[in-house]
Parts: sequence; C-alpha cells; structure tokens
Amino acid sequence: MSQTTADALPDPRYAGARERPPTGTTGPWGWARANLFGSWWSTAVTLLLGYLILRFAVSFFLWAVINAVWTVPYSPQGVANTAVCQNAKGIGACWAVIADKYRLILLGRYPYAQQWRPALCVLLFIALYGVSAMRRFWRKELALIWLGTLVAVGVLMWGGVLGMPLVTEDQWGGLPITLILATLGLACAFPLSVLVALGRRSTNLPAVKMLCVLYVELVRGVPLVAVLFMANVMFPLFMPNGVNIDKLLRTQVAFILFTGAYLAEVVRGGLQALPKGQAEAADALGLSYWKKTGLIILPQALRLVIPPLVNTFIGSFKDTSLVLIIGLFDLLTMGTVALSDPPWQSFSTEVYLTLAVIYFVFCFAMSKYSRGLERELGRAHRR
Amino acid sequence: MSGTTADPRMAGTRTVPKKALRFSWSDPRFRAIFWQIVIVGIVALIVWYLIGNTNRNLAARHIATGFAFLGRVAGIPIGESLIAYNPAVDTFGRALVIGILNTLKVAVIGVVLATILGTLVGIGRLSSNWLLAKITAVYVETLRDIPLVLQLLFWYALLEALPAPRQALNIGNVIYLCNRGIRLPELIWESAHTWALLAFLAGVVGTFLWNRHARQRQEATGRRPAVWPVALLLLIALPLVVWGALGAPTEVEIPVLRGFNFQGGATISPEFFTLLTGLVLYTATYIAEIVRSGIQAVALGQWEAGGALGLSRGVVLRRVVLPQALRVIVPPMTSQYLNLAKNSSLAIYIGYQDVMSIANTTLNQTGQAIEGIAYIMAVYLTVSLSISLFMNWYNARIALVER
Repeated sequence: MSQTTADALPDPRYAGARERPPTGTTGPWGWARANLFGSWWSTAVTLLLGYLILRFAVSFFLWAVINAVWTVPYSPQGVANTAVCQNAKGIGACWAVIADKYRLILLGRYPYAQQWRPALCVLLFIALYGVSAMRRFWRKELALIWLGTLVAVGVLMWGGVLGMPLVTEDQWGGLPITLILATLGLACAFPLSVLVALGRRSTNLPAVKMLCVLYVELVRGVPLVAVLFMANVMFPLFMPNGVNIDKLLRTQVAFILFTGAYLAEVVRGGLQALPKGQAEAADALGLSYWKKTGLIILPQALRLVIPPLVNTFIGSFKDTSLVLIIGLFDLLTMGTVALSDPPWQSFSTEVYLTLAVIYFVFCFAMSKYSRGLERELGRAHRR
Repeated sequence: MSGTTADPRMAGTRTVPKKALRFSWSDPRFRAIFWQIVIVGIVALIVWYLIGNTNRNLAARHIATGFAFLGRVAGIPIGESLIAYNPAVDTFGRALVIGILNTLKVAVIGVVLATILGTLVGIGRLSSNWLLAKITAVYVETLRDIPLVLQLLFWYALLEALPAPRQALNIGNVIYLCNRGIRLPELIWESAHTWALLAFLAGVVGTFLWNRHARQRQEATGRRPAVWPVALLLLIALPLVVWGALGAPTEVEIPVLRGFNFQGGATISPEFFTLLTGLVLYTATYIAEIVRSGIQAVALGQWEAGGALGLSRGVVLRRVVLPQALRVIVPPMTSQYLNLAKNSSLAIYIGYQDVMSIANTTLNQTGQAIEGIAYIMAVYLTVSLSISLFMNWYNARIALVER
C-alpha cells in the first residue's frame, strides 16, 4: 500500500518538470514573439509589412465591396447606362460589367438558348480532370474515359444529332475553347511525345533519333507566339489550292505540336530515371521491342512523370490565353470582346481580375495536386 | 612488359565475329535500316508535298521569295529604338535590327531584375518572420498561376488609367508618372562622365587582379590581405577623383511640362515598363522557388560545420553553402532565363515593338511570310542557344570536381 501512496505523491525532484512553462513562450503571445517579433529586425519587418497589408486590404475592401456598383439601369433598348459606374471610377469597382457579360465571357457567342451545352462540356472537363487525378483510375481504361469524354464534348458542342441544332466552330467561345485547346492538346500530344521520346532514346535508329532531336529542339527554341503565327500565316501557304482548314483546328494542331515537344522531354526524363536492369531483364526474357516497351518500360516510366506532366498541362492551360493574338475566342479573348462594348470600355480592371480568378482556380488546384503527388511518390521512392 | 599483353580473360569479348548484313527480316540491322528508310521517306514526302504547295501558292500570289525586301524603305513607325531610325528613309533591314535590340534590351534587364527579386523572395519564404514568409508565399502562388498575357494586359490597363501629362503624378518635382510613360531626369552626358566610367572599368580590372593576388598570398602564406579597402579605393574613389578633376559636371535635365506633354529628361515608355514589370514579376516567382529549394537542399550540418571551424556566418554562406546551393540552382535557372527570353515575345500583345511585333508588321506589309518566320526563328534560336551555352559553361565552372 505504501508503494501506491508514494507513487501518487509528487516526487519533489520532478516538481519543476510539471510546472507550466515560463509565461510568454506558449500560446498566441508566445507564438507571436517567436514568429513576428523575434529580433529588432523581425519586428521592423512585421510592423512595416503589417502596415502595408492593412492599408492595402482596407482600400481593396472599400473598392471591391463597400463602394462597388453591382447593378446598373438599362435603357428600353437594352443598353446599359453606366453613369453610376463612371462616377464611382477609382473609388469603387463596377461589378455590373461582370453581371452583364458573364455569359458572353464564359460561353462566348454560342446561341443563347443552347448554352447549356457548352456549360455541360465545362463540367465534363472538370469531371475528367477529377477522375484522372484519382490513382484508382491510373490504368489503361483511363484512355477510354478520355476518348469517351472528348467524343461527348464534340457531340455536345457541334450538335446536329439527338435533336440538338448544329452549331459551327465560329460560334464557340469562352471557357470551353480554353479547355478544349488545353485538354485535346494534351490528349493528342501525349502519344506523340511518347513516340518522340522513344525515338530520341533509340540507339540503332540514328536517322529517326536525329529527326526527333531536331523537332524537339526547334520547337522548344521558339516562343509559342511564333508557332501560333506559323499556324496562322504559313499553314495556308502549305495547303493545296482551295483547301481551307478552320482556324480552331489549325491552332489546335499548333498546340499539339508545341506541347508535344515539351512533353517529349518530360517523358524522356521518366525513361532515363528507370533503372537499366528493367530493359535488360525484358531483353533476357526474349521480349520484342514493342512488348518490352509497352509492358515493362512505359508503365513504370509514365508513373514517374505524372507530376511534371501535370505541370506541363498547367503551362499549356495558361498558354491557351496566347490565342488572343490570332483572334480565336478563348476565355481571355472573350474578356476583351466584352470590354469592346462601348458602355463598358473603361472597366478592364474588373474583367481582368475576374478572368485572373478563373485561371487561378484551375491552375492552383492542379499545382496543389501535382505537388501533393510529388511528395507522395517521392516518399514511396525513398522507402 | 607483361602489362601490355592482353588479359586472357578478356580475350573472348574482343572476338565477336562481325556478321555481314543479311537481306532478311530476321536480321535486326536490316530491320533497323528498313524502318529508318520508311520513316525518313515519309517525312521527306510530306516536306516535298508542302514545299510544292507553297511554291504554287506563292506563284499564284505573285510573291517572290528571297531577302531582297530587306533593302526596301520600311515606312513602319517605331516608337522606341536604341539606334536612330526614320521610317521615311530607313529600310526593313534596319527595322528588324531594332526589333532584335528591343528584345535584347527587355530580356537582359529582365533577367537581371528577375534574378534579384526572385532571390530575395526565395530567401523571404524561408524567413523566420511568419508574416514575411506568408506574404512571399502568397505572391509566388498567385502570380505563377495566372497567365502572363493576362498580367501584362492588366498592368497595361492600369498604366493607361494614369492621368494625362497635365495631371501627372509627381514625385519630388523631378519624376512624373502619366499615361505617356515615366519621365525621369536625365544626366547631360559629358566627356568627364566617359572618363569616370573608364576609370571605373579600370577599377574593376584592378580589383579583380588584387583579388587574385590576395588569393595567391593566402595560399602561399596562409594570411589573406584585405580586399575591400582596395576595392573601395579603385571602384569608388578613383572614378570620383577622375570626375572631380575634370570639373565635376552635374547638369541634369529635368522634365518640364510644355503644352500637352513633357519636354526633356528621359522617358520609359508605358509598353516597355509594362513588359518589364510583367516579365520580372512572373519569372521571379519561378526563380524564388528554385532558390528556395536550392538553399533547402544544403544540409543544416554544413552551416554548423562551418561554424565549428570558426568561420563567420557570411563566410560560411559564401564559401560553404552558396557553392553547394548553386549546383542545384543553376540548371533550372537556365530554363527560367530561356523562358523569360521567349516570353518577351508577348510584347506584341501590348504594342512594344520587339522582334515578333516588327516581324509581324513587316510580313503583313510585304507578304514575305516565310522570310519573316525564318527571321523570327533564327533570332529566338540564337538567343536560346546563347543562353544555354553561357549557362552550361557557368554550370561546368561551378560543378562538383570529382577525382
């Protein structure tokens, strides 16, 4: 019994260890002291930055929320009367421009009654990204899912079947165009890039290797704007007389060729990272080149390159905005189209900020995912 | 002598009989040659077909290929140029050279500024100050996820919304911000300045030589002569003395509002300023991440080991940590510099007249599409290749030298 009572009593030697830590090292105040006011230098930085942030945040809040104009009256002809916005210029944002133009910006000049179709396409694309992000679906069937989605998008956008009226490409616009350019670009560039990467690594086909090197280095050496120009200016020269290929298709081809060169380097990185023993083991088993590549090399190499592949996709998603220069109606171009409407001409800040938020949401989600994946794969690799 | 005789164990590997090429499907070498001929043949056929089409199209449009148009009078108005240009008399060739100079101007300044800003932000993200670390993180995460074109349009719209010259924002009565650009006071250049600049360059060479001498002394005697007083003397005092001896001219031209615009002083055009700001802010986000991961790649033990040797923190940073971090930093930095140079072609979206923009105007006016595209590709490939070569040379210099 005496044993238990002795245990229950606090040992005087350890009394200090059970005491609370000195005040000022824990809790919010202790945290602030360690992370905001650690030294005189840190304190100065905190005070200066805190002042600037507070000033900026307050003036932004005043501009974007308190003094903002959300709606404007319309004349009987449907023309917006933006006098309220003009008066508030510099003091408050004019979000009425977004309220007036959001369908034009997001979905372009698609026939108004049919706009559920491009909207559905946007949702399909987002679902496609979501499915591709799940590791459960990283198998050969994923290619079928992509193919099915792209066909569904094509049917929805063009129509002409299932009672949907036909809508030609020149009426498409907005977010669907951005997503089509990026997604179809990746879908077609991927097989191309695998072939090019394999060709670049081949040892017994020097002529093919040279062609691949030439393609990759030439394309990577020039800016995308130049490639888009080429698609717009040179392509008509290349075609036989009378053949006129649609601008969207030409741009899409330019995108595929451009993305393909960058992806080829990504895939090559994956091929190089794979231990040589894998290929040698396959050779020892007597597998043919394509069996070795298709069954042993690629399934392992492509898994390694998924994070840089997502990064390339983010890059090409952002790059779709460059089609503004050739007048293809993607999201950014639709923003400038909305701004060309006389009443709204001087409210570019509001429109550009909205576009920036849309691009940011897509790219940030993808880059967050890619970094998480990188960490996860890296951990599996280190073990 | 025994060393020169062949190792009998290796004898077998040297006597693989060289088989003659058989014209049979079961010979891998025959198959390789066959497939190469097929693939190269297909590519050649496509190219031949396209060239044929192009020639027919050019003939139908009465466009003569060739670079003869370079000698014709351009007639393109060019807003800003580093060399004299008059649209009424100067040729397309000169206009295209101006394009190259404008691209180089924005790319070189952009690379330097982006490196400085990116390094500061990258170090800021590792700061022990929570607010600074968070702010830099928000900056990096936001700007890298918004397309550069959109950023450029946004900054350009903001600059255009600045007041007209008459109501220009005024900083200390010498710098003016208005929708026509930024007006700065300009030093009136005299020969004294040229001489001071030459003295400064001589000082750079002198400092470099003294530094080398100091290193040799250190290796010979173990004691390092101080470098900084000599550097201070040569780099600052010497040019100042030269400048002062020649009369110390300090005449500065300050921009003055006359009528509807400013007269005198130097101008930074809104287009150049927007492009430079956009490129620097965008590329710096990537550089910051590279710098951050480079610093994090160096183990903490390196700092501690340097400290244990009695080196000061600055010396540890310069002599121990930075050389190791640079090895991680330089290769991805190269591709960021390449990206910046290529992204400078976005100038065309805001009307800064670079390679892309002037080539576009030229090919619209002359119809010389192929030559225009060839010029664009040649310029960008040369720039890309030069940056790659320089950075590869630098990378080889700082690379780990192993035995």
